[in-house]
This record gives sequence, structure tokens and C-alpha cells, in this order.
Amino acid sequence: MCGIVGLFLKTDKYRPELGRLTALMLHEMKERGPDSAGFAIYDEGQPGRTRITLLAENLASGWVDQDWFDTAKKLEGVLGASVDVRVIHDHAVFETDGDGRLARQWIIDNAPELAVLSHGSQIEIFKSVGDPDLVASRYDLASRSGTHAIAHTRMATESAVTTNGSHPFATGANTCLVHNGSLSNHNQLREQLMRKGESFQTENDSEVAAGYLSWRMREGDTIDHALKHALEDLDGFYTFAIGVEDGFAILRDPIACKPAVVAETQDWVAMSSEYRAIAQLPDVEHATLFEPDPGKIYSWSLNS
Amino acid sequence: MSSTFDLSEVSLRELNRSLHEASSGTFRITNPRGAHAVAAGIDADIAVEVDGSVGYYCAGMHQVGSVTVNGNASTGLAENIMSGTVRITGSATMSAGATGNGGLLVIEGNAGARCGISMKGVDIVVGGNVGHMSAFMAQAGNLVVLGDADADLGDSIYEANLFVRGSVASLGTDCVEKEVRLEHIETLKRLLEAAGMSAEPGDFKRYGSARQLYNFHVDDIDAEVQQKVAK
Repeated sequence: MCGIVGLFLKTDKYRPELGRLTALMLHEMKERGPDSAGFAIYDEGQPGRTRITLLAENLASGWVDQDWFDTAKKLEGVLGASVDVRVIHDHAVFETDGDGRLARQWIIDNAPELAVLSHGSQIEIFKSVGDPDLVASRYDLASRSGTHAIAHTRMATESAVTTNGSHPFATGANTCLVHNGSLSNHNQLREQLMRKGESFQTENDSEVAAGYLSWRMREGDTIDHALKHALEDLDGFYTFAIGVEDGFAILRDPIACKPAVVAETQDWVAMSSEYRAIAQLPDVEHATLFEPDPGKIYSWSLNS
Repeated sequence: MSSTFDLSEVSLRELNRSLHEASSGTFRITNPRGAHAVAAGIDADIAVEVDGSVGYYCAGMHQVGSVTVNGNASTGLAENIMSGTVRITGSATMSAGATGNGGLLVIEGNAGARCGISMKGVDIVVGGNVGHMSAFMAQAGNLVVLGDADADLGDSIYEANLFVRGSVASLGTDCVEKEVRLEHIETLKRLLEAAGMSAEPGDFKRYGSARQLYNFHVDDIDAEVQQKVAK
């Protein structure tokens, strides 16, 4: 199963409430994915300032807050730029003027006890195993403001119930993805993408889809073009919700077994696995509702 | 007797229990907000009206009586309906009327993918379009579509009549266009009237089974096996 929600705020009206509304939607998708949950929040950020969200999954193994600061210190030497640290439970957000992609790769190569959940000027990702409501409250989703969010509740089928197997997945700057379904050619695709310079941190099929989009977009594709290629190259079942720097997109495979419903008002676009998540949103009674067509790319941009 | 259940105050289980215990009367349900299994398993001649959109399996296993939804419905609307009537004023997503044995399902808007999948005798009337692979493996009954049908209509169909007024993106394996005879015009008249929809029966095309998948054909096995069989 798995539950997906996405909320894209077209106007300023609900931006202070992005987190609260996303938490309401996530709560409704609990039954579709009680194993674990995660969310990505996009806000305006500061130009040139990269945030790197990190996870120390095995806090029990003796990771302490000081370790974050020690890691940041080493990273400063690599980047030649200062790194600020904000610790949130077992996550930390590093902020720097340095190169985000370099920072991500250095942490993957040199800090195996950490997972890099996201990097970019606009995005932060938080995820954990356990009850989705508890996950939302532990990382204080409800207090967050921003422009768009995507979130996921997981019922694991293709890999173990671990925080690292939870969604959203992000490999490229400001790009992330949540997935309901399963891919059948992810091993082959992972190998191909690694040869093209993508790096992966899990055995999860959905991370490969995120890596695929990051690679395409790094090659110059727009999100629409990247998804057009994804339709040809990804084999399996999927409903994706994708967040990028300035937008939000949806794609379902051509068979479309995995559910999706979209609602749009003048202030927001919302997508979910089920209508009951959307039913929580303000002004929903005036929304235009539709089921996304199979194999059709839908995207919205803050700049259009 | 008429009762109202506000699903923002009453639990779904409480609602469905009350509907199952009733033997007559009319019931109004408000604030469904996408809840699953609303009015599923109704087994008495009661009339249920739902104001708002429902989730999965609304009016599933419907045995008798009527359920009307003033809104949209998600996956599995009226799945395995046996008799009686289910109507929605909006659109339905996937697998509406799946495996239905009898009765009438009316969808005033569009139906999503696999509408009438494995239908076994139900009559389904859709005011708008139906999604891909509708009437997949249909066995009996009638599917009437006033709009268009998406790809692979009637794939692997055994029997059943599929009437489409608009275009058909493509027919599935073993589904073919068939002659519309007088009896089919009568069927269409009856179903359109029952559904409360105005359309000219003569404007519909009929599709059904070519019956080429019914039997094993020796030509379908490969040459090597054929040689072995010949020896």
C-alpha cells in the first residue's frame, strides 16, 4: 500500500500553515502506511545558502549531539566555508554557503553512521519509523511554513522497515520524490545511474527513481522532460509525487493501479492517495477534483 | 421514517450497523469526507442518500434497496452489487461495479479505470467517459457509456454487452464491434430510462466477445510442441 500526500501553495494565503495542513493530510493516510513516515518541506530559504538534512539512525549506538558538531567542523575544512548546525532529535540540519553536492558526497563517503536525507537551498526532509502522527510531532511538522510539502506513510514491501527505507527520497539538490508502488528494474537502473555519477544510500527501489530524476535534471531536463524519460525507463507500478525547487509534479504509470486524486483551488493544489486526506483542506468544497490520467505528467510551478 | 447520520459525529461502524439493522425507511448521511465502506452491505429495502464524497467500497456488496451519493466515489463503488440501485451524481475512480452480479449502477459523471471489471450480470450506466481496461474479463450484464471509452475496452471479455456512444480509444484482446439488433435497442431504452438519462439508443455502438479465447487452439502452440504432439 503506502499513502502519499502533496500540497503545493500557489498563493501566500496558507503558507504560514503549510506544515499544519500537511500534518492533517498525513494523519488521514496513517492506515495506508503505519510502518513509517516522512515529509519534505520547501520554503523560500536564502539564496546561495545550502541546507543539508542528516539522519543518525542508530542513536542507540552512542551518537551524541557533540558528534554533529565534530562532523560539521570536519566538513567546514572540506568546503572551505562555515557550517551551522541545528539538531532536531535524531536529525540535524547543516547550513552552509559551501557546495551542497560536495558536502553530500563527503558525508556519504566519510560518515557512514549518517544518512544524507536532502540538500538544497529550499528543502528539508525528516523521516522515521513508527506511527506517522508521532513522526510528524517529533519533528514539529505542524509549525512549519513554506511553499510546498510532500509526505508519505509507508507499508514496506520491497525493503526492510527502517528509517533509511522511508520516503521521501532525495539525491539531487532540492529534488525529492515519494512513491506508492514497486519498481522491477531498479537494480539495473541503479547500476547505470551509479556509472553516471549518482550515489545511493539504500537498497530501496524508490531511491533509484529519485536518483533517475536528479540525473536527468542535472543533465538539463526540466521536471516535465525528466518525467517523460522516466515513463520510458522505469518499469513497474508507481504513483509519484515529486517536489522540485519551484514546483510540484505527479506521475502515474500507464496501468495506474496505484491510486491518486488531485484537487485544485485558486490558492493550492493538493494530491493524495485518497480523497479523505484532501477533504481536510480549507475551501475544499470549491476545489476542482480529478483523478490523474495514467502515464500523463502533471506539474505546477511557482513561476507560472 | 427518516434518519440522519452526521459522520463527523457518528462512527462509520455505528452508521453501518444502524443501516444493517433497519428493515425500511430512508436515511441521510452527511459529512462522509471520503470515508471508506459507507453504506456497504445493505440487505433491506431502504433508501440511503449520502451528501458529499465517499472513499473506497461505497455500497459494496449491495443486496437490495437504493444508495445515492451526491458527490464522488473512490475505488470499488458498488463492488459485487447483487441487485437494487446505486447512483452517484459525480464521478467514480477505479473499478466501479467490479464483479457486480445484478442490479443497476448509475454514474452520472465519469468512471475511472477498469469500470465493470469482471462484471457478472450488473447493468452499469455511465453519463461521461470510462477509463482504460473497462469491462476487463466481463462475463454478463450491460455497460452503457454515453461518453468515450479509453484504451483496451473489454479485454479478455467472455460475454456482456458494451454500448458506447462516443469514441473507443482501442478494443482489448478478443473484444469486437457487434451488430446492434432490435433487442439491444430495447435493452438500451430500458437502461437509459432506468438511469434517467436522455440519449438516442441508435447512437450507440455495441462491443462484445469474439469468443476466440474460449477454446484451446492447436495453432497457438509453438511448432516444436506441435511436432511432439504429431509423433
